[in-house]
Amino acid sequence: MTHATSMGLDSRKLAFWTFIGSECLLFGSLISTYLVYKGQSVVGPYPHEILNIPVTSLSTFDLLASSLWMVLALAAVQRGDMKWAKIWLLGVAIGGLIFLGFQVYEFTSFVHEGLTLQRNLFGASFFLLTGTHGAHVAVGVIWMLTLWVQALRGRLGPQNAITVEIAGLYWHFVDVVWIIIFTLVYLLQ
Amino acid sequence: MESATHTEGSGHPTAGTYLRVFAVLFVITVVEVGVFYVPAFKPLLAPVLLTLSAAKFALVVMFYMHLKQDSKFFTFVFGGPLLLASAVMIGLLFLFGVFVLGG
Amino acid sequence: MSNPPSTGLRSWLTTTDHKRIGTLYFWTAFAFFLIGGLEALIIRAQLAQPDGSLVSADTYNQLFTMHGTTMVFLALMPMTAAFFNWIVPLQIGARDVVFPRLNAFSYWVFLLGGLFMNASFLIGAAPDGGWFGYVNLTGPQYSPGLNIDFWVLGLQILGVASLAAGFNFIVTILNLRAPGLTMMRLPVFSWMTLVTQFLVITAFPVITVALVFLLFDRTFGTNFYVPAAGGDPVLWQHLFWIFGHPEVYILILPAMGIVSEVLPTFSRKPLFGYTVVVYSGVLIGFMGWGVWSHHMFSVGLGPIADSFFAAATMLIAIPTGVKIFNWIATLWGGQIRFTTAMKFAVGFIAMFIIGGLSGVSHASPPSDLQQTDTYYVVAHFHYVLFGGTVLGLFAGMYYWIPKMTGRLLSERLGSWHFWLTFIGMNLTFFPMHFIGLLGMPRRIYTYAPELGLGTMNLVSTIGAFVIGLGTLALVINVLWSRRHGEPAGPDPWGGATLEWSIPSPPPPHNFDVIPTVTSRLPRWTTEHPAAPSAPGSAVHVPPGSWWPLVAAAGLPIMASAVVTKLLALVFLGAAVLVFGIYRWAYEPFEV
Repeated sequence: MTHATSMGLDSRKLAFWTFIGSECLLFGSLISTYLVYKGQSVVGPYPHEILNIPVTSLSTFDLLASSLWMVLALAAVQRGDMKWAKIWLLGVAIGGLIFLGFQVYEFTSFVHEGLTLQRNLFGASFFLLTGTHGAHVAVGVIWMLTLWVQALRGRLGPQNAITVEIAGLYWHFVDVVWIIIFTLVYLLQ
Repeated sequence: MESATHTEGSGHPTAGTYLRVFAVLFVITVVEVGVFYVPAFKPLLAPVLLTLSAAKFALVVMFYMHLKQDSKFFTFVFGGPLLLASAVMIGLLFLFGVFVLGG
Repeated sequence: MSNPPSTGLRSWLTTTDHKRIGTLYFWTAFAFFLIGGLEALIIRAQLAQPDGSLVSADTYNQLFTMHGTTMVFLALMPMTAAFFNWIVPLQIGARDVVFPRLNAFSYWVFLLGGLFMNASFLIGAAPDGGWFGYVNLTGPQYSPGLNIDFWVLGLQILGVASLAAGFNFIVTILNLRAPGLTMMRLPVFSWMTLVTQFLVITAFPVITVALVFLLFDRTFGTNFYVPAAGGDPVLWQHLFWIFGHPEVYILILPAMGIVSEVLPTFSRKPLFGYTVVVYSGVLIGFMGWGVWSHHMFSVGLGPIADSFFAAATMLIAIPTGVKIFNWIATLWGGQIRFTTAMKFAVGFIAMFIIGGLSGVSHASPPSDLQQTDTYYVVAHFHYVLFGGTVLGLFAGMYYWIPKMTGRLLSERLGSWHFWLTFIGMNLTFFPMHFIGLLGMPRRIYTYAPELGLGTMNLVSTIGAFVIGLGTLALVINVLWSRRHGEPAGPDPWGGATLEWSIPSPPPPHNFDVIPTVTSRLPRWTTEHPAAPSAPGSAVHVPPGSWWPLVAAAGLPIMASAVVTKLLALVFLGAAVLVFGIYRWAYEPFEV
């Protein structure tokens, strides 16, 4: 945008906030379904038999930490410190990959223990909710890597910090969704 | 770009603020997981955990997503749908007879 | 005035000009409107007499399903989008929407989604589970064919188009207003567009989730809606109507916006109670979220839920009624000119009142239980969606097509169009109130002569064909006037808003100089200030782009994987989508 906007707000950022608002309804519907179907499965495995709190706590810390790296990346880009910007951006991507690794491990072990999409309602609603979240993380990882490559090529700097800020909004939103999922799905069994 | 970004609050928090917020998030998460393993908390688990995760949610949104010092309009664009989603969720839980979360 | 490629197929495939995209939306939606209308005529021909035998039960199911789906998602919503595209940037004094390529993407996704869904006719497997797609009828057990897959995937694709357009128009209206055009000076049509788009971006994710569940039940054998596994088909109904009721307002609010522009212009009076009309629209948008279960009273949700949703539904009649009184008060004492646009706008008020009143009559659960699934409901929502939305859109066509093409539509043909449509729709839909209350259920392909409803059904069928004649008059009018219509000039009606301050059709960059707005009715309150007539420097017009079309093509390719059972198509489609997005993101494109 080269001209001033009516609200004095960057258009892409405003668009992205409306997108996040829209995503609230997406995850709201998925979480509602999970909760509505909790305890309705007619065969096991049931949540309390299978959810692995220690492992998921680790991946929760990992995602939380990646959010910290994200804001540090933004701060670095804003002050023109591209060396640290590159490091933090790559860190966020790796944090996301680690989270996805945990999720792959979790899903695989659940399938081994007999919980599949088709097995029961818990499996279906659990995999779809956490899978949708995981897909968001995956998109975020690709986004971060793209920004990182941009930074490596010297095409990222304080002048386009807004692109990093918007990527950050996405990443943090994915993180807060996980904060809710972790509580509602894992801790409140 | 210049004119657009000028007006939105002159500065994001410093790295120090980000770190302090992370420390709080970290501690809350430790408490959450800890509470989960303490049998004495069983009856209070749901309200305690819901409060703690709401606090984490608020911290990330306010500081990491900058809603605290950014334009109030972003808060509106995000908060409106968020409230709507919460209302729909509560409505559905009511309609399906699930009153107590985790009960 | 040359846009980089200004003629030829390529210029249309790569266009990012909101006016051209609006034109594409217009013709595509118009074509789907005719297809949906044709489906309706076959339905009415089948029901013209008892024991009709024109089509089989199976074909009939496909016809009513596709009639509803086509009209809602492929005709009315895109026709409103044609007006959003054409008119909103002009009304707010902008040179384009805020994200021109995203706008092109929305259109291509819509077109390809519509074609994908209608491609099902080619293999004789059009969707046949109703536009509401209730499980478990639409589950794998009772609908094993591809019909419902086409429906599910088509709607998913169309949802992407609507969401992308939603973000685009919200930001456009909020952020690209001309200097001085405060929110409380914003023309009501643009206001209602804004409310509509907020409903779109919040309601569509819910249907997306509901459809994903259904897709998984059908494709991967999950049990979301399978009672034997503890699943609940009522969950589908809730999710569908949480989306579906806001969707009703997504369809009607733009028409209310159009009428709120047409009535003041042809009464030579400012809209009565502008502020109240705007806030009523916002309130309708909010309250539209709290009434969804009134579509489900017959499920038996219990007295508390029934009472809540009944009360909320009755309450929502208040802001709607407020608007109607404001429109009538706008007419009061005005210098009324009964142009075709005005006739349709006044027709809108009258028909919408009837539809609104029958709507309130099924806000009450005991009364609703007598009406659910009968033709009474069909009568109600056609008074709202045809008498409301379609008449409103027709008003918009006569009002704004001169701005789009530079030529007026024929008032003479327009008068034929109006009267045939108006009489036809009342002949068609009014008897349905009685047909329904006398016990004829919806969605049955034939009925027995003993029911004694043959005459009224025949009247209804005749009415439908009268509407068809009226629509023919519209088609002739639109085509004829493109070459032979009277030149419109910049402002044929003496309109108050900014779109009438520029030539018809507008140049690619719309405004030579972005106007400064000082009132709610800039054209009526300003005595043409000595504005500079030429821009200080050449106005930059963005070039076209191929990438929105390429990215959009990825979605139907992915969807084809489900109906062809070829997994590779998922990856191919995703690759096309990602490739398109990356080229798009890295393309130099200065707005």
